[in-house]
Amino acid sequence: MTRVVKTKIEIEGRVHEEAVVVERDEPAAWEAGREFAQVGKSANRVDGRERVTGAARYTYDVHPAGLLYTAVLRCPHPHARIVFLDTTAAENHPGVRAVISKNNAPDIGWYGGASKLFDEELRFAGEEVAVVAADDADIARDALKLIKVGYEVLPAVLDVEDAAAHDAPTIHPKGNVLLDDDGHRGETYTRGSLDEGFRSADVVVEGTFRTPTALHNSFETHGCAASWDGDEITIWESTQYIFGVRGRVASALKLPVSSVRVISEYMGGGFGSKGQTLKHSVIAPLLSRMTGRPIKYMLDRHEENLLSGNRGETVQKIRIGATREGKLVAIEMETLCNIGAYGTWAAAVDGPAKELYSCPNVRTYTLGVRTNLGSHAAFRAPGHVEGTFGLESAIDELCRQLNMDPIEFRKLNYAESDQVSGKPYTSKYLLESYDLAAKLHSEAGEPSLESLPPGNWKVGTGMGSQVWSGGGGPPAHALVRLNSDGTIEVISGTQDIGTGIKTSLSQVAAEVIGVPLESVRFRLGDTQKGPFAPASWGSITVPSVGPAVRVAAEDAKQQLLEIASYFFEVPASQLQIKDGFVTIEGREEGKRSIGEVLSEVGDYMIVGKGFRGPNPVEPLRTWGAQIADVAVDLDTGRVRVLRVVAVHDVGRVLNPKGLASQFYGGILQGVGLALMEDRVVDERTGLVVNGNLQDYKVPTMADLPEMIVRAVDIPDTAANHIGSKGAGEPPIIPTPAAIANAIYDATGVRVRDLPVTPRRLLDSLATQGPSTAQEESGS
Amino acid sequence: MRPTQQGSDVTPVAGTTTRNIQLTVNGKDYSVEVSPRRTLLDLLRDQLALTGTKKVCDMGHCGACTVLRDGTAVLSCLTLATACDGVSIVTVEGLAAPDGTLSPLQQAFIDCDGFQCGFCTPGQLVSATALLAENPTPSREEIKAYMAGNLCRCGAYSGIVDAIEQASRQG
Repeated sequence: MTRVVKTKIEIEGRVHEEAVVVERDEPAAWEAGREFAQVGKSANRVDGRERVTGAARYTYDVHPAGLLYTAVLRCPHPHARIVFLDTTAAENHPGVRAVISKNNAPDIGWYGGASKLFDEELRFAGEEVAVVAADDADIARDALKLIKVGYEVLPAVLDVEDAAAHDAPTIHPKGNVLLDDDGHRGETYTRGSLDEGFRSADVVVEGTFRTPTALHNSFETHGCAASWDGDEITIWESTQYIFGVRGRVASALKLPVSSVRVISEYMGGGFGSKGQTLKHSVIAPLLSRMTGRPIKYMLDRHEENLLSGNRGETVQKIRIGATREGKLVAIEMETLCNIGAYGTWAAAVDGPAKELYSCPNVRTYTLGVRTNLGSHAAFRAPGHVEGTFGLESAIDELCRQLNMDPIEFRKLNYAESDQVSGKPYTSKYLLESYDLAAKLHSEAGEPSLESLPPGNWKVGTGMGSQVWSGGGGPPAHALVRLNSDGTIEVISGTQDIGTGIKTSLSQVAAEVIGVPLESVRFRLGDTQKGPFAPASWGSITVPSVGPAVRVAAEDAKQQLLEIASYFFEVPASQLQIKDGFVTIEGREEGKRSIGEVLSEVGDYMIVGKGFRGPNPVEPLRTWGAQIADVAVDLDTGRVRVLRVVAVHDVGRVLNPKGLASQFYGGILQGVGLALMEDRVVDERTGLVVNGNLQDYKVPTMADLPEMIVRAVDIPDTAANHIGSKGAGEPPIIPTPAAIANAIYDATGVRVRDLPVTPRRLLDSLATQGPSTAQEESGS
Repeated sequence: MRPTQQGSDVTPVAGTTTRNIQLTVNGKDYSVEVSPRRTLLDLLRDQLALTGTKKVCDMGHCGACTVLRDGTAVLSCLTLATACDGVSIVTVEGLAAPDGTLSPLQQAFIDCDGFQCGFCTPGQLVSATALLAENPTPSREEIKAYMAGNLCRCGAYSGIVDAIEQASRQG
């Protein structure tokens, strides 16, 4: 019977309570050690063929007949007000079908009411001034030159520390900094007493750590195609959240949600940036209505890097203290987070400081600061990557001063339960992660230096560890259809952003029903087809949608067995399905395929319904440890990551092959953040100068280290009834810290600013030098 | 107040003068009208509806738009369509056999999980095809060096190297 219960859901460090519809009793959790036919077995991606033949149709590839192309005039100043705007000549340009701007756009609020879809005041270089729709992309771009616009240039603030100052010019209606619920600047967390903690400390480490603004650079840029059919709009969107886009577009255009269909079947990467709905998703339907033609509105690479989000830079002041015996007694962390022009939240940079170690006295202070730059967005474990770099670098310094082995230190300061809520975790296998990572690292032997070019190479090893959410929760729904020919479709309004969710959740359905993986088709990414599923963020899809798929498959299977019982003339409870055939348990003879059973009852389609139940009250976390080996050329400052060993506790593994890819990808993005990724802004003009894939460096195949990855693979039966936790974000979290600590091990120099570029490392070698490093790290 | 201005009264050069070119794509002959500004990438995607080849940077930085031009790997975003009169192009859609059998490389990419979101995959596959044509038995280091111009933001590089090794073993 349907009932409603309240449950807490944590996504990327932010917790909210939700009333959840529980459709019926949930099945018992799959126990540890259970034998499976599909789950836990490595499977190739079910849509691999489409992806290697070019047949997979991404948003960028959607091409409705009569399509118009767009080009966007963007504000060239970090802060300005439009004083005049004349689009007449552009409108009259041959081939131009419409121009939309503040002169003719409807009054639609944006950025939480701080701005409009087309506003007169523009708060970062790259904000939309006008959009042209034309017969082809060249004409659209040509027409931009015919738009006349005058700007009053306003005072801009680009530096996060400047913007946080009390005398900084105000750049946002709600002020430059985020306030807590009581109206104070920033968020504070305290437990115990820092004064007492530091009084009892024998060793104190203190430092300021900085992480750069990193750009997601998803390979498919943000964008959409939009086409009206009567009063209904279809939007093909490269998004992590089709239902989010549907809701935002419906409210902006004052449409019922049933009139907005959002499709994202294949999606070229998001990494967090595509959880939001950007302006193009509303502007494209408006232009389509103005012209009566379908509209394609894709960002180009530079635009993508101006406005689609970023991992905002942080400045972290960290002070930690420990006793002579190595017991951590105090952690203090004050962080500024650059959230860009319109950010409304700060990432949970202090999550690791609060939870990674047992420590009675902790104070964190996090201040989100607005600047005249593109707004930040979630980027793969937002906050925890940055905060882990700062904290784990400081811990490494502490271990050096205490002359303690880093794993020994971590075990001594192991947090058995959650010190924030006072509750035990649903599961925690971080000790197992430490031990397995150390074992794998030791078994791997010395890393090979063969591929290094000639140089003055020094080798070092460092580690980092990780805590993150990843429990997911309701609401999440799925349907399982068994067609009369025996084909099976799983339908859910989720998205596969490259994680392989289509494959791992097909394995769940195939497992439950008792069919080969090839029999299952997974249909996702269409608000009109699929029941609601949450955004593909926060490492939540497997633990949220996975249980819903299981329940839907159990429901469909039960219906099938009840139908089959009529023909087999035994109760459904005596029937089973194996390899796609229904049999009486214990017998081989008389088996019938699912299609043979269903074809007996006309063109009947079974529809099984599944939901995700409420969360446990205990906090749920993913854990992990990584060990990096690096080589540093002391002459050039160049760093090569030779090897990364990664072990993470993410609950039950559904598809080891797909999981390994998540680990590899996270580690490589961690290598990027550690060594090369950094958005550069010209401080005089406020313009992003490296918003492309040549000047903004991402790891290439030449940067590929050896990677040894494992999951602890113990199911978390308290988390949900499939026992899996999320795995997309954990593997990036400890990588930059492990690399930075390995660089210290190699050089004796502590670089506290990421990325560790050759220039930065050479400067640090010159100022700190291997001989002075010990005194420096104690300062 | 510091006023500034964008826009001009000069009408941009009209891009309407088209030229006829004839080319072969994946074994099929085409005769198409192209504007002088059109890239091979846009010709393939927007005029020939071959959207397998992907636009990622449109500046020759990432390798995602790689196609074979008379057997040589080229960046279609930096190749003008008018320069392709009389040439033969192979895109990702042309790698499998006519009966749909995947090439050893395509199958190896699936087996080795050599992709995640799949958006760079067409360019990776075409570059890898060119690599194996030039050097049928590359070492891992040779693979890494040759393929370093094909970026993958998801970080599927290790699977790609494994896949190229697997395909090379199968000859």
